[in-house]
Amino acid sequence: MLSVHAVRQLRDFVLDITFSVRCGETLVLVGENGAGKSTVLNLISGILTPDGGEITLAGRTLFSGEKLIDVPAETRNIGHLFQSYALFPHMTVFENVAFGLRCRKVPRQEIADTVAEQLRAMNLSDLSGVNVGRLSGGQRQRVALARALVLEPELLLLDEPLAAVDMRAQAAMRRELRDRIRNAGIPCIIVTHTPRDALELGDRLCLIEEGRVAADGTPEEVLGMQENGFIASFAGPRVSERPYTPPPITGHSQGPPDSRPL
Amino acid sequence: MLRHAGRARFWRAPLTLLLTVLLALFLLFVTLPVASLFLRISPEAFFRSLADPVVLDALVLSLATATVSTVIVVLFGTPLALVNARCDYRGREIVDTLTDLPIVLPPAVAGIALLMAFGRRGVVGQYLDGSGIPVAFTTVAVILAQVFVASPFYIRQARASFEAIDRLYEDAARTLGASPTTVALRITIPLAWSGLVSGAILSFARALGEFGATIMFAGNFQGRTQTMPLAIYTTMQGDLTAAISLAIVLVVISFAVIAAVQIVTRRNI
Repeated sequence: MLSVHAVRQLRDFVLDITFSVRCGETLVLVGENGAGKSTVLNLISGILTPDGGEITLAGRTLFSGEKLIDVPAETRNIGHLFQSYALFPHMTVFENVAFGLRCRKVPRQEIADTVAEQLRAMNLSDLSGVNVGRLSGGQRQRVALARALVLEPELLLLDEPLAAVDMRAQAAMRRELRDRIRNAGIPCIIVTHTPRDALELGDRLCLIEEGRVAADGTPEEVLGMQENGFIASFAGPRVSERPYTPPPITGHSQGPPDSRPL
Repeated sequence: MLRHAGRARFWRAPLTLLLTVLLALFLLFVTLPVASLFLRISPEAFFRSLADPVVLDALVLSLATATVSTVIVVLFGTPLALVNARCDYRGREIVDTLTDLPIVLPPAVAGIALLMAFGRRGVVGQYLDGSGIPVAFTTVAVILAQVFVASPFYIRQARASFEAIDRLYEDAARTLGASPTTVALRITIPLAWSGLVSGAILSFARALGEFGATIMFAGNFQGRTQTMPLAIYTTMQGDLTAAISLAIVLVVISFAVIAAVQIVTRRNI
């Protein structure tokens, strides 16, 4: 169980969100570019620090403005997949997946066995020794997921998990991703720009507008709110007054430019 | 080349000619002096003078001190460059300006400044000398002078290389459980590697060529402080062959440095 209340001053508005995600539940975050979706993920995984609020995961306080608790990102044990996957370009597939285990000082032989098993489960065994620069979008996504899941995280954060996967492979990848999340049995938050992701991956859907939770419910409920301009353009065929522009296929964080500390 | 005698075309040929001449003159100006070194000495004389104690001492001392000073610059400069590339703190601009200072400071000024700091009567030197650690006019002074003048070449390059790395990789490494030290050692430094190596090579080259600050602060004692540039200056007044031989060695090293930097930077693009 993850519960989040986080406040942070962004460039144009104050991000102030409250929500919780149960074990085995998948929450999908939607909203316009710059609404603060990726920032929410960064605040939870510890890459950014909230100005205030409280974040608890499985009974452990990760951040508390009142109690002055701020667990560093490296000890939060949260799997965070970035939109561009951020695979380490100077390492092979194996080394990428082994990275977290090496940081945890796991014995060498155990790393080799665990990583091999994870790669097998992800159908990546053939690519073990390949440099990540030579992988396709779908393969990169699987390596990034393997790299996170091999550490048995207590929470999974996925930022546009299918954005860099080519269109034809997306449906299959989406099904595969859904199964992996189900099997992991942990809370999961997905940021997406595609209604299909929201409907097929999400148990619940939050609409974020200017740093606030504007709607929270089942995907069907929230996507049914056609009176909302964003939802209308996001889900429905009806033409909206607020045109929605899809994000570029490649690129990094969707957060506003000031969402990273210098 | 000139197919139609249009107005623009008419001027193109003389312009091309002019540029070619300018380029040729400039290249000649750079290469002629270097080539003259090789023309003034026979290969036999060159190899014979390499056995000359003055030449040999200078060669060994130069390579040793430049290596030591490069190691010092890398050890101190890498963390400094990393912090300045990644952390925003009060006074960072001042630190940046100070680290760049030796580039614009005339070597003679660096020499006298080092002497005022570490000389026998210097601000720090008087205490060092009192505790039996003389610095000025020793090999240590040679190294200090080289570190002083060569450090900006490495630090600037290192900082630029660190800044060019997408922070996303570091963020990802942290969420995977890497401590800040592990992030630096396993992600940031490996990704910046080619830039760091070329910076270190440039710094080594600058240290090897250091003359002004060394002669003022370390003196000119054969075997102890007489590096190759100092030996060239000294032998030139008597044994020109030895001076030219040393110069040729430095030319060869300079070419090797340029080639090394190009190979290192090209491989990782």
